[in-house]
Amino acid sequence: MTPVSHDDARAAFYSALADDDPAELYDNAPCGYLSALPDGTIIKANATFLTWTGYDRDKLVGRHRLQELLATGDRIFYETHAAPMLFMQGMLREIAVEVIGASGLRLPMLMNALLKRDDDGQPQVIRAVLFDAGERLAYERELVAARRRAEESEARARVLAETLQRSFLPRDIVALPGLDVGGAYRPAGDGSEVGGDFYDVFRTSPQTQAIVLGDVCGKGASAAVVTALARYTVRAEALHVSSPTAVLAGLHQALVSCYPDTYLTVLFLLLDRVPEGQRLRVATGGHPLPLCRRADGSIETLGYPGSFLGMAETAEISESATLLRPGDMVVLYTDGVTEARHTGSFFGEARLAEVASASAGRPAQAVADAIVAAALAFQHGPARDDIAVVVVKVPLAGGG
Amino acid sequence: MLGRVDVDVLTRNNVTVSGRADGQPMVFAHGYGCDQNMWRFVAPAFEGQYRTVLFDFVGAGGSDLSAYDQQRYSSLDGYATDVIDVIRALDLHDVIFVGHSVSAMIGVLAAAREPDRFGALVLVAPSPRYIDDDAYVGGFSEQDIEDLLVSLESNYLGWSSAMAPVIMGNPDRPELGAELTASFCRTDPEIQKRFARATFLSDNRADLAQVKLPTLVLQCSDDLIAPACVGEYVHAEIPGSTLARLTATGHCPNLSAPAETVAAIAAFLNESSGPGG
Repeated sequence: MTPVSHDDARAAFYSALADDDPAELYDNAPCGYLSALPDGTIIKANATFLTWTGYDRDKLVGRHRLQELLATGDRIFYETHAAPMLFMQGMLREIAVEVIGASGLRLPMLMNALLKRDDDGQPQVIRAVLFDAGERLAYERELVAARRRAEESEARARVLAETLQRSFLPRDIVALPGLDVGGAYRPAGDGSEVGGDFYDVFRTSPQTQAIVLGDVCGKGASAAVVTALARYTVRAEALHVSSPTAVLAGLHQALVSCYPDTYLTVLFLLLDRVPEGQRLRVATGGHPLPLCRRADGSIETLGYPGSFLGMAETAEISESATLLRPGDMVVLYTDGVTEARHTGSFFGEARLAEVASASAGRPAQAVADAIVAAALAFQHGPARDDIAVVVVKVPLAGGG
Repeated sequence: MLGRVDVDVLTRNNVTVSGRADGQPMVFAHGYGCDQNMWRFVAPAFEGQYRTVLFDFVGAGGSDLSAYDQQRYSSLDGYATDVIDVIRALDLHDVIFVGHSVSAMIGVLAAAREPDRFGALVLVAPSPRYIDDDAYVGGFSEQDIEDLLVSLESNYLGWSSAMAPVIMGNPDRPELGAELTASFCRTDPEIQKRFARATFLSDNRADLAQVKLPTLVLQCSDDLIAPACVGEYVHAEIPGSTLARLTATGHCPNLSAPAETVAAIAAFLNESSGPGG
């Protein structure tokens, strides 16, 4: 016997593969094969499909349409989605269906199909392959359910964040006579996380208006608890001490004792009515300084920066005072405004001053809204950081 | 402001206008499942004589998905508003409205709200109610419709959120072009499910008797979605309507038998415009 060379053996192997009986290949393929007329009437089915489904060839071929073998929901899907796709793009891929077997059992399958057209372009025959996909479809259903749960939980988290965030802002701003105060806030991103910005407007006596605006470091639940503490501590302190510095010193102490690992920046203002207008005292703890636009159009910042509160054992809190006359305006803001970014450049204080000046003739609320809108427009799209703005105006004579 | 065009609506609904600029307008509305491509083999046949208007309902095809409003599109009335918006944006009058599947009823609703702008209705495979009700046979049970929603969920995987920007019309990645064409019947599954509910849980039987327009009902053979008895019901309820039975099978004669569909519509239009009209 002549030894067979390696090459000859390989050639013989491939030729055996090529000679594999096509009918055998078709009938016992590891998937179901169906051929159907364009309306779905089944004209051919392979043995695998018949074995899987339990149908008798004679009862199936020429007597049923492909879509009639599908569970009702899938049948509607076939008529409204799959068939149109088949006619328009000539094929279907990975359609998940349940085929109703002869015994009434539902058999989960994945279907691919193509539509063959004749030489005139008229639809001639649909060829479909069906793969047994019970386990895969069960797994995919679990994935879909998991995704739904994730979406629901995300929606709940968003509601929680929005509710919490709203509690850090006054529902309505009611200013004392002789003052016009407006505030605006915009969360970062899609608002699904609680930000650290807050503000509040309240009176400490029938003549004294208090305004606080701050920015707690961080986001989420840990920032939220500190924000709540800050807001209520400021309200409580403001009722029993009379200097802005003392209010922020009290806030600093509360932070150090309750949440030593966090810090915030803050502005606290007291406004008292005087014959010439309003006496403004402002205490600053590491926060961007308030912008003051005088009635004559000149712009200045008020006060000195001071240090962050809650960071070191002692805080340096600066206080300064000025007189606001009718037509003067003060803008308090968080760094989400000036640090709004667009391709490397910042919104900055100059743009802030421009927007404030351009809208200076309008009510305080309109000015605050204009500043937030300008900062958002500048960064094209959702804000990276949350944004808070409070505007205080002393109306011109005739008002209040 | 006659003839003023509302560009926002035209973009929102991906409106395509063709045919004779001075022709009588024909507005083609797609049904549940796909988009204006459903008319690609039918509408061109009318371009020689008519001004043809195709569009996608918000949520489908090339519409602006950001305009999708859950509340508005939870009932067929919201979809009828889309039809009216398009007709107003182009300031169309004497409209021949051609609606496939659920759009047949959407057209009935729109025509009832703006009767002065409509001239005729062509209802292709209509159904005023899909679910059986006492003696009325719609063809489905409520459980069947729940099953459809499950089927849509099983076919969630045909939709990936990564494809959404492509479908929304930002194809600045040309390599996705093929996927884009392969996806015209795919849309956000949540939108599909709400449209499915609005469609298959609707009951517009009472609206049929109010139709005052010349109306053609096109009924396919062996339509599993809108069976023959439903087409006959629609024909019986709309006063003076014409029923044309197609030999075409299935629910989408506009795709499977466009020539027969075109012939039936053309015959009706020639007849209803009167001799020499």
